[in-house]
Amino acid sequence: SWRFFFLSFRKIYTILKNSLLIIQTKSKKTLARPNVKNIVLVEGVRTPFLLSGTTYSDLMPHDLARAALQGLLHRTAIPKDVVDYIIYGTVIQEVKTSNVAREAALGAGFSDKIPSHTVTMACISSNQAMTSAVGLIAAGQCDAVVAGGVEFMSDVPIRHSRKMRKTMLSLNKAKTLGQRLSLLGSIRLAHLSPELPAVAEFSTSETMGHSADRLAAAFGVSRVEQDEFALRSHSLAKKAQDAGLLQDVISFKVPGRDIVSQDNGIRPSSMEQMAKLKPAFIKPHGTVTAANSSFLTDGASAVLIMSEEKALAMGYKPKAYLRDFVYVSQDPKDQLLLGPTYGTPKVLERAGLTMSDIDVFEFHEAFAGQIMANLKAMDSDWFAQTYMGRKSKVGTPPMDKFNLWGGSLSLGHPFGATGCRLVTTVAHRLQKEGGQYGLVAACAAGGQVSDTHVQHSLVVPAMIAFCTYAKHLYEL
Amino acid sequence: MMMVPPRTHVSYELKDDVAVIRLNDPTSKVNTLSVQMQAELTEVMGEVWSNGAVKSAVFISTKPGCFIAGADINMIQACKSSEEVTSLSREGQKMFEKIEKSPIPIVAAINGSCLGGGLEFAIACQYRVATKSRKTILGTPEVMLGLLPGAGGTQRLPKMVGLPGAFDMMLTGRNIRADKAKKMGLVHQLVDPLGPGLKPAEERTIEYLEEVAVGVAKGIANKKVSLTKEKGFMQKLQDTVMGLGPVRKQIYKTVSDKVQKQTKGLYPAPVKIIESIQAGVEQGGEAGYVAEATNFGKLAMTSESRALIGLYQGQVICKKNHYGTPEKEVKKLAILGAGLMGAGIAQVSVDKGLTTILKDTAVDGISRGEQQVYKGLNDKVKKKALTSFARDTILSNLSAQLDYSSFKSADMVIEAVFEDINIKHKVLKEVEAVIPPHCIFASNTSALPIKDIAAASKRPEKVIGMHYFSPVDKMQLLEIITTDKTSKDTTASAVSVGLKQGKIIIVVGDGPGFYTTRCLAPMLAEAVRVLQEGVGPKRLDALTTSFGFPVGAATLADEVGIDVAAHVAEDLGKAFGSRFGGGNVDVLKTMVEKGFKGRKSGKGCYIYGKGKKDKSVNPDAEEILKKYKLAAHPAISTDSDIQYRLVSRFVNEAVLCLQENILRNPVEGDIGAVFGLGFPPCLGGPFRFVDSFGAERLVGIMKRFEDIYGNQFTPCQLLLDHAKNPSKKFHK
Repeated sequence: SWRFFFLSFRKIYTILKNSLLIIQTKSKKTLARPNVKNIVLVEGVRTPFLLSGTTYSDLMPHDLARAALQGLLHRTAIPKDVVDYIIYGTVIQEVKTSNVAREAALGAGFSDKIPSHTVTMACISSNQAMTSAVGLIAAGQCDAVVAGGVEFMSDVPIRHSRKMRKTMLSLNKAKTLGQRLSLLGSIRLAHLSPELPAVAEFSTSETMGHSADRLAAAFGVSRVEQDEFALRSHSLAKKAQDAGLLQDVISFKVPGRDIVSQDNGIRPSSMEQMAKLKPAFIKPHGTVTAANSSFLTDGASAVLIMSEEKALAMGYKPKAYLRDFVYVSQDPKDQLLLGPTYGTPKVLERAGLTMSDIDVFEFHEAFAGQIMANLKAMDSDWFAQTYMGRKSKVGTPPMDKFNLWGGSLSLGHPFGATGCRLVTTVAHRLQKEGGQYGLVAACAAGGQVSDTHVQHSLVVPAMIAFCTYAKHLYEL
Repeated sequence: MMMVPPRTHVSYELKDDVAVIRLNDPTSKVNTLSVQMQAELTEVMGEVWSNGAVKSAVFISTKPGCFIAGADINMIQACKSSEEVTSLSREGQKMFEKIEKSPIPIVAAINGSCLGGGLEFAIACQYRVATKSRKTILGTPEVMLGLLPGAGGTQRLPKMVGLPGAFDMMLTGRNIRADKAKKMGLVHQLVDPLGPGLKPAEERTIEYLEEVAVGVAKGIANKKVSLTKEKGFMQKLQDTVMGLGPVRKQIYKTVSDKVQKQTKGLYPAPVKIIESIQAGVEQGGEAGYVAEATNFGKLAMTSESRALIGLYQGQVICKKNHYGTPEKEVKKLAILGAGLMGAGIAQVSVDKGLTTILKDTAVDGISRGEQQVYKGLNDKVKKKALTSFARDTILSNLSAQLDYSSFKSADMVIEAVFEDINIKHKVLKEVEAVIPPHCIFASNTSALPIKDIAAASKRPEKVIGMHYFSPVDKMQLLEIITTDKTSKDTTASAVSVGLKQGKIIIVVGDGPGFYTTRCLAPMLAEAVRVLQEGVGPKRLDALTTSFGFPVGAATLADEVGIDVAAHVAEDLGKAFGSRFGGGNVDVLKTMVEKGFKGRKSGKGCYIYGKGKKDKSVNPDAEEILKKYKLAAHPAISTDSDIQYRLVSRFVNEAVLCLQENILRNPVEGDIGAVFGLGFPPCLGGPFRFVDSFGAERLVGIMKRFEDIYGNQFTPCQLLLDHAKNPSKKFHK
């Protein structure tokens, strides 16, 4: 037998951080709240995450998003007209498809009667898509919402310089040949230098990698610690991949190319190999390298979120309850990547849980140094007292429950798509490991430079903590 | 048995084979190269060098925000002769030479100010790592104290940053930020300041700096880090060009000419700096060091150096609040009048985090005022002193408005409305109807007595004068005027706000013209008379600038505004009578009538073109002067006489202000005159001028003028007292 739980949906906290809780019914304890709908994760899929500039390089962002949506349709066999709303998260926008959610939905064959919108919130954009979906359902607006995220770094909008754009726009308005010629004549060499997407945080002019290196130094995280964590991520990802645990990955036939069915950034190396790399941002004494950072990635993800009532009525066996979430934000200069430390205790307190109640942790790995810094911050009474107004430290998640199937460092990090991967992974791990509560946390960190060219900075200091739970009951 | 006193300033520990030497003067907020510091350093270096296990060393300061701020000025001031100072310099040179020739590599790890002797110390080391913190500044400010870098600086800097860079640093004394220092080749490596971690940010940053420096030190010792830097093409080109004798000769000449032009020969230090550098470059090391030490000794004994050091020390005093902590901190400031002054005050307030209301009566007014604030900040963005994001955040502290809404939460109101007692009374009453009881009312008037303004107030203890100088964002002085009724807490609050705005503050008593305007008025009256006597504006300017004023008297009148000058002359003339006479006020009034209000109207004594330097004498103004022509008295009309006629009236009035307790002390008198009115810095202010020139001599000169012009040149009693008793000095 099972009871109905009520989901409490409180006001979404300000902007930058969130946390979502998914809980199991057979638990000794329920996180359901009176008069609040239960909201469930029915299914989650993603395209393989590929290093940018590889097999996806000739696509457009909405192609990837379309592939994820089609994968979701296929997995769930949900009638296209049952979906009430579609939300996508993305960071670097392709200007031709600025509402990428709508273009992808139409292309994936969804009814043109389904409204769609796109959200952006740096690396937690798809978390925002999911929590927006939860909001719509909780408010009684919708019963079934598809949320997802996409990022395509193989191609980014590189613009003409502001001067050139101004000249070109004036040219449109020029009436006579003389006016046109004089405008054309005003073009100088300087007009021609292109404008690359911002390489730095807008507010601080600091790149994300630079910030991560400073953060690691502030917490005394050594290069070896970072390399070890990165190696762990790659090794665990490889193991999970080989064992076929990454069930959220769908196969994708890339037009003109082969079928892609695996992530291609997983590359377990050795400590010796990794030690050879030079620092990528702070030279010569920095500790963040290409090997202990997440890499520029192309990929898309999608999840189906429904009210429990509707899901059950349609005969689905949901994977998890989405219980609660929190967004927090802090100083974009010195605490840019510390979101998980601030958000985790908040979401736990809201749910009435403690760190030890959680069976599965999935934290977004922007940089190994950032993860280690967060772990050290969570383990520090001084930090908790000085900066968080707490009596004592948050406490750290045990490593035997932490990112056991790899993470963004190894699987890849398509900025807009990572949030859905984290939540789906928590659900799958809870199922596999037989756990009850799961928690997701992500800082809104930016992209990194691999050893190549463009660097993207993402905007927001943020984090998401989500709690997830797999619902075995439905399998009865 | 001899007791060895424990070391208090310098300590060291071994980290593997690196000796980490930490500096911290427990008796002061900053580290200086004091006798104690030097002695302990020598001792520690002896131990380090004799320890075979030590392969390299790191110098670091554990004092937040300061590496070494310079030499100890008291050490120099204690010397009685130039020979004594020269030998101090030789000792410093020797100590740093030992460091330069150290058998093990030494890394200077710099966080915070690294100035003067501190910089000379750092550049003697083999390698420099600096934090990119805003507090990290490098520089050789000795020239501003009338001295030169006397511990090898004039010899090492040219080799390190090239001849032009070295001249620029030593002749301007400007502060160089870490990133610029790296570009110039002054430091080798930069370290980012860290945010909070497991310790307070600054503490961890210093620790991190040490870790990086230790790594570098090890690297140099085992030859993994190279000390020779690959030079860029431009660098090589510059070296080649500088290798040519005639080119260098031309540089010395150009620099000397420029210095002569700018200092009018009134400041000996720049000349000696050039001499010392030249000696080193052209005649080799030893000659250079000898020249440096000798010149250092000579400079330390000059009256110019004493004057400049006096100003430096005075300025330190005037950057403190001597009135205690105000009961309520001012967080919200309202300014009435969005003119040049009002907007200027707003600019220096918002960028310090004060929530600021800028109120005017017309939309045009606030639009212009807001634009002025925006431009002031945006100019900093263009110079990369501020990010555009920081500019926007700062501007969010500003609200421009036409009404008194939200004045109810203001902690202080500063009025900068038109200088008319009736208007002042009107706004005071309007404001008092809306502000909370604790709110202070400050008047930015330049001459109206505060007690007259306060007469309209229901709470005169909350009324005070805050006299800013234009342009507010550039002029450092703030003259605060208290009446008998102004409460101590009101004064403390005003000083606290002024300090927050970055001002140097003098607090003076109430009276017509307070201190600064009152000193300036007689000098300007004399200037008008001089003009009436047929000395053209250009010659008048030349006479004043060659005396050391940064701006000539005629140009100054144009800058202040002829209308303001006329206003002040008339007001103060009424208050003080014939003593403030001299030139005919009608000259100024006629000019105002014709629209010659000075620079702001494009015409005054001069006609102003678009460019800054583009100005010519206004022929119409000369016509007016001809109309009011006076016959010059040949007995007192030499160039020197004219200079002393101008200066003695200024100085006498300043001394009279002290005599009448408008001024509390000579230090504030000197600071106010130099920072507010441009009194020649090389003279150190009117009071130091009397001390060094001699009161008796000054009185003698004034008597000569008095015979012809009467009471305008009658020395005041206090000046006479000093003349009678030469042992009486304003400054010890």
